[in-house]
Amino acid sequence: MAKPMALSGNFAAAYATKQINPHVVAAYPITPQTLMMEKFSEYVANGEVDTELVCVESEHSAMSACIGAAAAGGRVITSTAANGLALMFEVVYIAASLRLPITMCVMNRALSGPINIHGDHSDSMGTRDSGWIQIFNENAQEVYDTMFQAVRIGEHKDVMLPVMVNFDGFITSHKFERVDTLDDAAVRDYVGTYTPEHSLLDTEDPVTYGPLDLFDYYFEHKRQQVDAMRNALPVAREVLTSYARETGQNEYDIIEAYHLDDADVAIVALSSTAGTAKFVVDRMRAEGKKVGLLKIRLFRPFPVEAVREALAGVKQVAVLDRSDSFGAYGGPVFAEVRNALYDAESRPGIVDYIYGLGGRDINAVDIEGVYNRMLSASGRMAGDVQYLGVRGD
Amino acid sequence: MASLKELTEREERLTGGHRLCAGCGASIIVRQILQATNYPVVVSCATGCLEVSTTIYPYTAWKNPFIHNAFENSAVTCSGAEAMFRAKKRTGEIPADKKVKFIAFGGDGGTYDIGIQSLSGAMERGHDMLYVCYNNEAYMNTGIQRSSATPLGAATTTSPAGTVIPGKKEYPKDLTEVMAGHHLPYVCQASPGYFQDLIKKVETAMEIEGPKFMNTLSPCPRGWRHANDAAIRISKLAVDCCFWPLYEVRNDTYALTGQSKLIADGKKEKVPLAEYLKPQGRFKHLLAPKNKELLDSIQEEVDRRWERLVKLSKL
Repeated sequence: MAKPMALSGNFAAAYATKQINPHVVAAYPITPQTLMMEKFSEYVANGEVDTELVCVESEHSAMSACIGAAAAGGRVITSTAANGLALMFEVVYIAASLRLPITMCVMNRALSGPINIHGDHSDSMGTRDSGWIQIFNENAQEVYDTMFQAVRIGEHKDVMLPVMVNFDGFITSHKFERVDTLDDAAVRDYVGTYTPEHSLLDTEDPVTYGPLDLFDYYFEHKRQQVDAMRNALPVAREVLTSYARETGQNEYDIIEAYHLDDADVAIVALSSTAGTAKFVVDRMRAEGKKVGLLKIRLFRPFPVEAVREALAGVKQVAVLDRSDSFGAYGGPVFAEVRNALYDAESRPGIVDYIYGLGGRDINAVDIEGVYNRMLSASGRMAGDVQYLGVRGD
Repeated sequence: MASLKELTEREERLTGGHRLCAGCGASIIVRQILQATNYPVVVSCATGCLEVSTTIYPYTAWKNPFIHNAFENSAVTCSGAEAMFRAKKRTGEIPADKKVKFIAFGGDGGTYDIGIQSLSGAMERGHDMLYVCYNNEAYMNTGIQRSSATPLGAATTTSPAGTVIPGKKEYPKDLTEVMAGHHLPYVCQASPGYFQDLIKKVETAMEIEGPKFMNTLSPCPRGWRHANDAAIRISKLAVDCCFWPLYEVRNDTYALTGQSKLIADGKKEKVPLAEYLKPQGRFKHLLAPKNKELLDSIQEEVDRRWERLVKLSKL
């Protein structure tokens, strides 16, 4: 039975972690992630979990400890942000290649330099090719529910991959909201127990993890990783769409289409900005304007078909990217969406707005401006990468 | 200590057929360590010669569970597995009385240099594990580049003996002392040439709960430029000349062991450093007449470090 609680994104993640009761949590504090770890440390100190909490000396060691622990055959959770994720970059790839279903919260924060503690997506986008499943979350409720979904998806035998649960630093990590929570028994039933095929602790049937893999086998192993990531798409869709039925919580999917059916123009956004965009859509719809929103929850694997279907019939699309990809043609979300639309029956115009770097606020007026520019354009807008809310543009 | 007969009857957990060089110290050390215990072990290993030569997919030389993660994180990877072991005992998934020993290996690159942070953290956190450094005193796997464990005067590919600079200019970091400064229940230094001493130390470590550190000198025929059959002789000479003393520190109490104790007690002769340097090509230039002053100063430093250790062992 759902119980409403007032939780920040960090506390929602911590509370979900407590209910999952993983064997090992290894992490290193970094703003804006610290409060999740502090709250979880209280659960440990008060004996509310069975978890071994490993307070390591760096994020590189956090992920390395998670790898050792997960290879030893149990459930493992960690969290980080920004420079912490950058420091663990090497082992983020190794976790995926060893096919270890670790769950990691990333409270998205701008990468240095210059140093900045506020939210943008440059950290997670930097690891989008690492082989992790990536889910972006709009609010604390989504963070809470996604923690359980992440465990199910990552541990699925056809997947066996780590999962990154992303949410916006400060905006979502620190804001308190109503979160409908499950009781402990419901969570226990939902996540079940995890019994991996192999374990370092199985001394009777020893396995070698992480061997030297040269030109004669490496490629095949990478190909298997590709297959696992492909499998992750239908598995994620099944886990997300069956979640409400199994738990009585909200409906979820790998994308969320908001007033897209008859929309002439649409914005594509991730995470908390989608919440602001919904507010703008409601207001403009009330004025009779045919605007819609596509929120992408699952960014890796990228749901090409779902995105293409959702945007079918839309004449003009504006992608909002909260990170840049220096030297590339547009931000990472733009590149994916534009790529997905290449094979669409009728391609809409598509433009990119890089926004919100280093936590620069984006508000309803900014988003309304983007919609109005699309609505008032004479003909198709295309091939345009602009910067929203920055001086000099 | 287990008798030689017992040791020879124990199962080999590092099988032959691995691709370490003939005469490499690392495989001898690993064999001695794994033969020294009957407990089931879980091994982690840093990137380096030992890892690349024993786990070339689809083969593995390891008959115990083994994990290689990356270069700088053997200690913390091992600590993660050990944490999982404790967690599973707590939940009852593993019987409370089951004993598994966790051993992390790393070369001097993975231990003294890139991995020192991970090692220090894992030891400070008190994980029940033994970390073993097989110290061949340079980055051998990448082609004999200098490390902070490389002795002063040794020629490596990044500290070559040139016409102006005679090899590495700095003394090595004393990592065993750095680990002793962590006030661990057990820190020791060993040499595969004196295998009874090494095995005794492993037996001791296996019965102590908590973080343990062992530093073993590991001759490298390629990097040290010595004959393939000279590893054991040279690793004995390192001890005999007091360049690599055998000792242990238990809860901050120092004790010289084996051959080093005999030397300190005057029962065995301390040989000149030059005897240790002679069979090794990396030190060849130090024995030239023009470098006599340099050689004398290295001898003085070896003596100074040895005498300090003798004093510590009498505290």
